Amino acid sequence: MDNLGTIGGRAPREHDGIYRFIVRTLHIDIPLLIALIVLSIIGLITLYSASNHSMDVVNRQIVFMLIGFGAMFVFAQIPPHTLRFWAPWLFGIGIIMLVAVFFFGSVGKGAQRWLDLGFVRFQPSESLKIGLPMMLAWFLAEAQLPPSPKHLLISAFLIALPVGLIVIQPDLGTSLLIGSTGVIVLLLAGISWMLVGIFIFIGAASAPLLWYLLHDYQRQRILTFLNPENDPLGAGYHIIQSKIAIGSGGLYGKGWLNGSQSHLEFLPERSTDFIFAVFSEEFGFIGILVLMAMYMFIVIRGLFIASQAQDTFSRLLSGSLILTFFVYIFVNTGMVMGLLPVVGLPLPMLSLGGTSLVTLMAGFGIIMSVHTHRKLYST
Amino acid sequence: MITGLTIKDHIREGWLFNKRVITALVFCIFLLCIILMRLFYLQVLSHEHFDMLSHNNRVNIFPLPPTRGLIHDRNGHILAQNMPTYSLEIVSERIENQNKTIEELQKIIAIDEEDMNRFKKLLKKRRPYESVPIRHQLTEEEVARFSVDRYRFPGVEIEARLSRHYPMGKLASHAIGYVGRIDEKDIQQLDESKYRGTTHTGKIGLEKSYEDILHGIVGLQQAETNAQGRILRVLEKTLPRSGNNLFLHLDMRMQLVAEKEFGDRRGSLIAIDTRNGGILTMVSMPGYDPNLFVNGIDNKTYNALSRSPDKPLFNRALRGQYPPGSTIKPFLGLAGLKYNEANTERKVYCPGWYKLKDGDDRKYRDWKREGHGHMDLSGAIMHSCDVFFYDLAVNLGIDRIHEFMSLFGLGKKTGIDIGGELSGLLPSREWKRRAHNDNWYRGETVITGIGQGFNLTTPLQLVQATTILANRGKILPPRMVYSIQEPDNNEVHLLENKPVDYVEIENRYYWDTIIDAMVKVTRTPGGTAYGSSHTAPYVIAGKTGTAQVFSLKQDEEYEAEKLTEKLRDHALFISFAPAKNPRIAIALIVENAGGGGANAAPIARKVMDVYFKNLETGK
Repeated sequence: MDNLGTIGGRAPREHDGIYRFIVRTLHIDIPLLIALIVLSIIGLITLYSASNHSMDVVNRQIVFMLIGFGAMFVFAQIPPHTLRFWAPWLFGIGIIMLVAVFFFGSVGKGAQRWLDLGFVRFQPSESLKIGLPMMLAWFLAEAQLPPSPKHLLISAFLIALPVGLIVIQPDLGTSLLIGSTGVIVLLLAGISWMLVGIFIFIGAASAPLLWYLLHDYQRQRILTFLNPENDPLGAGYHIIQSKIAIGSGGLYGKGWLNGSQSHLEFLPERSTDFIFAVFSEEFGFIGILVLMAMYMFIVIRGLFIASQAQDTFSRLLSGSLILTFFVYIFVNTGMVMGLLPVVGLPLPMLSLGGTSLVTLMAGFGIIMSVHTHRKLYST
Repeated sequence: MITGLTIKDHIREGWLFNKRVITALVFCIFLLCIILMRLFYLQVLSHEHFDMLSHNNRVNIFPLPPTRGLIHDRNGHILAQNMPTYSLEIVSERIENQNKTIEELQKIIAIDEEDMNRFKKLLKKRRPYESVPIRHQLTEEEVARFSVDRYRFPGVEIEARLSRHYPMGKLASHAIGYVGRIDEKDIQQLDESKYRGTTHTGKIGLEKSYEDILHGIVGLQQAETNAQGRILRVLEKTLPRSGNNLFLHLDMRMQLVAEKEFGDRRGSLIAIDTRNGGILTMVSMPGYDPNLFVNGIDNKTYNALSRSPDKPLFNRALRGQYPPGSTIKPFLGLAGLKYNEANTERKVYCPGWYKLKDGDDRKYRDWKREGHGHMDLSGAIMHSCDVFFYDLAVNLGIDRIHEFMSLFGLGKKTGIDIGGELSGLLPSREWKRRAHNDNWYRGETVITGIGQGFNLTTPLQLVQATTILANRGKILPPRMVYSIQEPDNNEVHLLENKPVDYVEIENRYYWDTIIDAMVKVTRTPGGTAYGSSHTAPYVIAGKTGTAQVFSLKQDEEYEAEKLTEKLRDHALFISFAPAKNPRIAIALIVENAGGGGANAAPIARKVMDVYFKNLETGK
């Protein structure tokens, strides 16, 4: 048991006492924690500018972040085998709540997404962001990998169920993300590339048929969704403005609090979904390289943890959570830059937002738990 | 023993997983490169371009909503146009305390709760610096009052907008329909990108069915604004394209006479140009003033309209389903000829009642208590003898009746170019089984012969069937719109209407037999419409109908005075003219008016008089 220092990848030193305490007793992964804290600080700084110097908004976000780090800490304490035991239950409860939303949910912004439990308003689709990969990891870990056709079929059903329920809310963005989380689990589980190719082919081949079945106005909406510049007064307006903001930032940026685009109200949703544009305008290409380096550090650390995990459940769960994190980054930045359709989706750690931040941090808690609950063998 | 089989190959799994993790990492780095390349393009390569845009960016984009197309009748009379109205609008970015401003405004201009609710709803959906209306249709006095105090209200403006107006008011209101403010339900159906800046959309009638053509294409302007959002300079402008104008087949002179003839009576009349299926007149009485709906009808007026026992909001022409009564007889006669169950020679004795040969004792009564005596087909149509057609219906049987009447479009939608029509009901064995879970009884066939029982037709179906008869089998779908005019170059596109099908009758002489009998109805003394129609300078082929609303018990005498008005018979009349070379067909129903000969046929005559007089004067 003297060989604990290898976890951090460095030789044991004098203050390994504290290090061991943090890792073995508090179950926190120090590199991840540091990266997350740095990102949170970057987020708060950007948010202050994006919200037009509103300390109120920043304070609110600090509260969310504290709750988020709390959730991370709590989840880090739960050993993976306990999570594994609870996985089907969590998934089941999540599905029941989604069905409940359908019947009792409150409507906001034209969609039924919220469940009002009296003391707190809650978005059940959030819980599935962790619940679905847990369920799939639990299910697939039961048998030998790669999954058999039967297992694949059942997995496909497990993915389609929450995705379908969220699509009808309607919340296309979240359902696509939860769906992609499920697909990531399957890919990590070793589903053959041939099969992946066949699915992509079937998807591409059935698209014209679906297109044929749609109403004219629905087609028009999809076209606008795919190419927002068709609608320069609506979605396209956002993209045009955000491209001006990013492009005018240049190599070095205009400097903190100096983004004219961000302050003249041209940029929509600039504290939430479009905060990347504010960051790009004020900190420039150099700033983005730093930000992306932080994100990639977290992704690589997460993938490393997944590869070091000792059982299939932990591997699949931690691997899919960290890759979903990357998907968030890619989809949000792609949307803000006009590469991808506009779906309402926050940028992790930077965007203002309550529930999504807490879910994200809980996910990091799980990843930390996977790493710090390993049984260690001395060499 | 099972454990031996289920032991997992952990080393292989771990190896497989790690391979996938490395693939994922490579893929992530690939995507990251795409992001960075795009950023490099935006921030480094195109920096100057965007930097310039951002420096000039007091630029805002404003939608320029198109002007809605006009609706004309066949002679160019305007049925729907756009009138400037004043509305009070607020740019909320430019006012400091919204509640206080509105409170102050209320002191000079009436803003009620409904205005406030609407305003708040619109406020949520607006874009930055978009002005939101809080009151519509300001009076001149209100405009003047606000202008005096305007300096006190920065951010509040009076905007002149175009509002839909229907100069004919109630006339043909059911055909034209109306526009109204876009609501939640409309948003589901509309492509929002095409409706930026547009506040109204067609809700019903032509306005709805021709929405795509009337609406036009939104334009936009990029304008430099100052810090308060006021437009300083227009940089770029894409002009909106006005909606297309519609020219209808409708002739408002005929419409006017028809509606006047109805007076206070409820009912519907449709006249069709038999040569092209164009609808010359479409009456549904009573009508309503469509102008009430344009900027939101107040609850009190709406309730008065929707709760009125006369149902003024109900489009009887397309949606009123009535028993066709005796107007079905010419069609049944034609079926008899076609299926060899009737000919010009064969006579039926009418004692005033009819009994099924092997049926029960029930007597099916003729409208003429003492009977018509010996009747041939022609006489039975002319005098509207019920017993002849009871007999014919039984001989034909419900299956052949159903098949033949379907050819004339009964029981299905006509395919008219405005929405909302109902399909009536043409009963059959299968229908009875489906709807009532019961067998078809022969007694039901008997009364089908005089258009009673389960039979239901809309006035539109009735006129369509009459047109098919007038055209000797040629089926043209009914059409409201005659041509579409592009507003920018005044180019006119005629909408051609081609026959979609034909009713095939082997012997063309059969058509003549029926049409000749229908001429006797109006031309031979004793014909049921002789009184109102024999003096016409053109020859009308017609058939009267009197549809029972209230079913009589056996041997009970029908006395109009005893019944409350709502239970009195409907008066019907179908007709076309000139009989030899038809140009116009009319079907009409007057609700609870009594006999068709006395109460419906005279209205058709008046409308036809207008039509032929206009034809003569060449207008």
